[in-house]
Amino acid sequence: MNDQHPSASGVAENAVFESSAASMTGGPSPLPDLAAGTRTNLASKLRWQGRFKVWGGQLLLAVVIIGGWQWFTAEHWVDPFTYGQPTGIVHRLYTLFRDGTAFGSYPEQILVTLQEAVYGFLIGAAAGILMGVSLGTNRYLSSVISPYIKVVNAIPRIVLGSIFVVAFGFGITGKMLLAAVLVFFVVFFNAFQGVREVDPNVIANARVLGAKPLHIIRHVTLPSAMTWIIASLHTAFGFAIVGALVAEILGSEKGLGLVITTAQGTFDADGVFAVMLTVAVITLVAEFILTRLERRLLAWRPQSRSDAPAI
Amino acid sequence: MTWVTSLLSVAAMSLTHGASPHSARVELNGVSKRFLTPSGDVFTAIQDVTFAVEPGQFCALVGPTGCGKSTSLSLVSGLDKPSSGTVSVGGTAVDGIADGVSFMFQTDALLPWKSVLANVALGPIFRGASKREAQASARDWLRRVGLAGFEDRYPHQLSGGMRKRVAMAAALINEPRILIMDEPFGALDVQTKAIMSNELLALWEQVRCSVIFITHDLDEAVALADRVVVMTSSPGTVKDIYDIDLPRPRGDVQEIRFQPRFVELQRQIWRSLRDEVERAYAATAGVPA
Ligand SMILES: Nc1ncnc2c1ncn2[C@@H]1O[C@H](COP(=O)(O)OP(=O)(O)OP(=O)(O)O)[C@@H](O)[C@H]1O
Ligand SMILES: [Mg+2]
Repeated sequence: MNDQHPSASGVAENAVFESSAASMTGGPSPLPDLAAGTRTNLASKLRWQGRFKVWGGQLLLAVVIIGGWQWFTAEHWVDPFTYGQPTGIVHRLYTLFRDGTAFGSYPEQILVTLQEAVYGFLIGAAAGILMGVSLGTNRYLSSVISPYIKVVNAIPRIVLGSIFVVAFGFGITGKMLLAAVLVFFVVFFNAFQGVREVDPNVIANARVLGAKPLHIIRHVTLPSAMTWIIASLHTAFGFAIVGALVAEILGSEKGLGLVITTAQGTFDADGVFAVMLTVAVITLVAEFILTRLERRLLAWRPQSRSDAPAI
Repeated sequence: MTWVTSLLSVAAMSLTHGASPHSARVELNGVSKRFLTPSGDVFTAIQDVTFAVEPGQFCALVGPTGCGKSTSLSLVSGLDKPSSGTVSVGGTAVDGIADGVSFMFQTDALLPWKSVLANVALGPIFRGASKREAQASARDWLRRVGLAGFEDRYPHQLSGGMRKRVAMAAALINEPRILIMDEPFGALDVQTKAIMSNELLALWEQVRCSVIFITHDLDEAVALADRVVVMTSSPGTVKDIYDIDLPRPRGDVQEIRFQPRFVELQRQIWRSLRDEVERAYAATAGVPA
């Protein structure tokens, strides 16, 4: 689980800052590696030792990076005014929570952004699954619509944020829509591919057993594509947050994006980092929830030997 | 208490169904199937295949690999359409998925995301039964194939032999008039195969549907079947048809193979099949035949 966080959020941010669509069309995100090889129970002790070693290394790395940052800025080798300072960031976070912002309390800003991201995520994911499954199961439909999806996918979608500001003003609708659009494409391509990967033999079996087309979608296609869809949801939530933030930066009256632009306007680097930290925590929590959901929905998958409850 | 009675009534129901003649005649008449290969050529998989399976008969289909056995049976089930010729089940021409046909596929076709019970219950659910009825019936069939107590497992938690039993229960629960089995026990070890064959015979003697059974194992074909159809190497066509006059019930498939009549029939059929196997091997190995 630990290993997935950096990659998932990393992909999301890179793709948006490049604001190019290419990285999103590049197929599905890799599934988390469950088959970690064969291990016996006897190796359990060794495994724990190994785990402590990893944790120790991770802690050390954090101390070196954060400590180094603090040290370099404290010694003024690096300008703390431009690049922020860990203690300054923590203090800024504290004042944000204590004093709030010019446009309302800090938790309120968090809630606004969260609302936009979550609604956008749900709308985008639902639309992506619906379209992915429809186009994946219907060859005619996919031949007709595919070229258009490719064209739309090639447009830098962040720019849509400006149009949404013009169309929907400073409220949350436009933010939600931008988040939904970003999420849609990630989920759509995965759902589509997932449907295409369904074992034709299993479908033939269901048909002979008497399944109607809707039975096949419900009992065969959707569960089979679910592995792909869930894998995309991890990346998709990152996109939802980024969509909401960018839309807020483009024009809004509330939200974390506005806190960022305000901090930027006052050359408050610590303020920007404080918001970044907040967003990172939100993403990690969402990631945690999605991982739980994944475990539940994909409980049928063979576990790696080490996880199987053998005696 | 109520579930016990409902289970018993379901069991009784399927038993009475089994006792009544619940089978259909299958007839293939001059059937050919051609595929378009990716390079644009026409590939003839089967050519002018003609044979019939009488109601309640157990028919084995043997032939060298790639001769079109699976292809022929996909035409019987209605999954595919013949390029020419006619296939009929119970006197009506097959058009689309044929009613009353169950198919046990050559490769595993269980749904990995459903429990054993849910897998077996699929047939009745697709046919409009309520979930409760379907599950009661599935429980009963799992008991009959010797898998009581494994209802909650997922397919990947079963052995290969157990998965075949689940597939068998899933196929029989629909009370088919025709059961098609494509090398059902091909991947099993010799002992498990013998046990499964015995169980299949025992179940079939209750249900008495028509069976078409593909196998590469001539012993198995002769021990189980009333009729053995030998196909030629690709493009497959019917070479010989043998009626097996060994009395029923056959008893243990391991024992029957020592009877003189069995040995005689087995030798006859092998002589017919051997040339085709050699020809098919020569064709795939690139040696001039
Ligand atoms: N969809 C298809 N497109 C093109 N060729 C096909 C297709 N399906 C089957 N064939 C060809 O038809 C021939 C017969 O295939 P089939 O699967 O029926 O053989 P089989 O007798 O069942 O062999 P085996 O005993 O190895 O299972 C093969 O040469 C195969 O390559
Ligand atoms: Mg085959």
